[in-house]
Amino acid sequence: MSFDVHEYYSQLDSGNVLLAYKGSITTDLINNVLEQIEVKLESVDEEAKIRKKVYNVLVESLQNLYHHVEELPEEYKSRDKFDSKFGVLVIAKDKDTIKISTGNFITSEKIKFLKDKIDKINSLSKDELKDMYKFILNHQKLSAKGGGGLGLVDIARKTGNKLEYTFQHYKDDYYFFNLDVFIT
Amino acid sequence: MEPISIEGTPKTPTVKFDAGTGIIEIKGRSIPENSIEFYKPLVDWLEEYGQNPVEKTVVNVQLEYFNTSSSKCILDVFKKLEAIHKAKNEVIINWHYEEDDEDMLEAGEDYESIIRVPFKMIEIVE
Repeated sequence: MSFDVHEYYSQLDSGNVLLAYKGSITTDLINNVLEQIEVKLESVDEEAKIRKKVYNVLVESLQNLYHHVEELPEEYKSRDKFDSKFGVLVIAKDKDTIKISTGNFITSEKIKFLKDKIDKINSLSKDELKDMYKFILNHQKLSAKGGGGLGLVDIARKTGNKLEYTFQHYKDDYYFFNLDVFIT
Repeated sequence: MEPISIEGTPKTPTVKFDAGTGIIEIKGRSIPENSIEFYKPLVDWLEEYGQNPVEKTVVNVQLEYFNTSSSKCILDVFKKLEAIHKAKNEVIINWHYEEDDEDMLEAGEDYESIIRVPFKMIEIVE
């Protein structure tokens, strides 16, 4: 049985959800989300420090989606009703923790690299994360799309929490990658 | 040299570079998806300015947020300033951060440890 993305999304979109979206990840979408979340966080009276962290994590998470969503073959897109550059974003609040979940399709060949990177990031201390960040900053070139290899490191550094992730098999070579970031 | 004067947008900072006064300012938010497009002209300008800089170049950076894509471009900007400083010209980088914004202070300290130019950390108290 292949992983049902829409079903998974409807489960995420329950509880105290501040914002939920599934569809194309475009520049406009990113702009809208960032605008909306600023208003939303102010209206629920979140303290300034948390608001800034949430905003920062969102900026990086959305840009990761923007740069890395894998385009599905046409037949899957039409059959299972996925937009182009399909991604998922859910921001929810549980007591004092804000959880940002992002999801996107990915091909199997990319899984190992991503898994190793996140596991490595999760194993580092605060100081080691800082060193890793500075090293990548100083030594890696920006990709043609503007990605820098720093997003996940930055997210981990800013939240101080472990990143949680799953890879669910969808069809053939395609998997669905979900990342959960916790801001406390 | 022609000065640079760019109005800020919700995703890109206000930029004012003046070759006559040697005042370099980047202020606001820097969160474009692809920062290379935005920052390349600034880096090129600094390259040219470096051929004939004024005695003291003062850099004022006051950013509310910047994404990781920008952080690499900002490093490129600082590297040009480092070259100017290495050629025995005076350069000072004033890194501003809002009260209680430890992340922004830390970001400034990261750059300070990579770039061989004097930095001054300035806390903005509202």
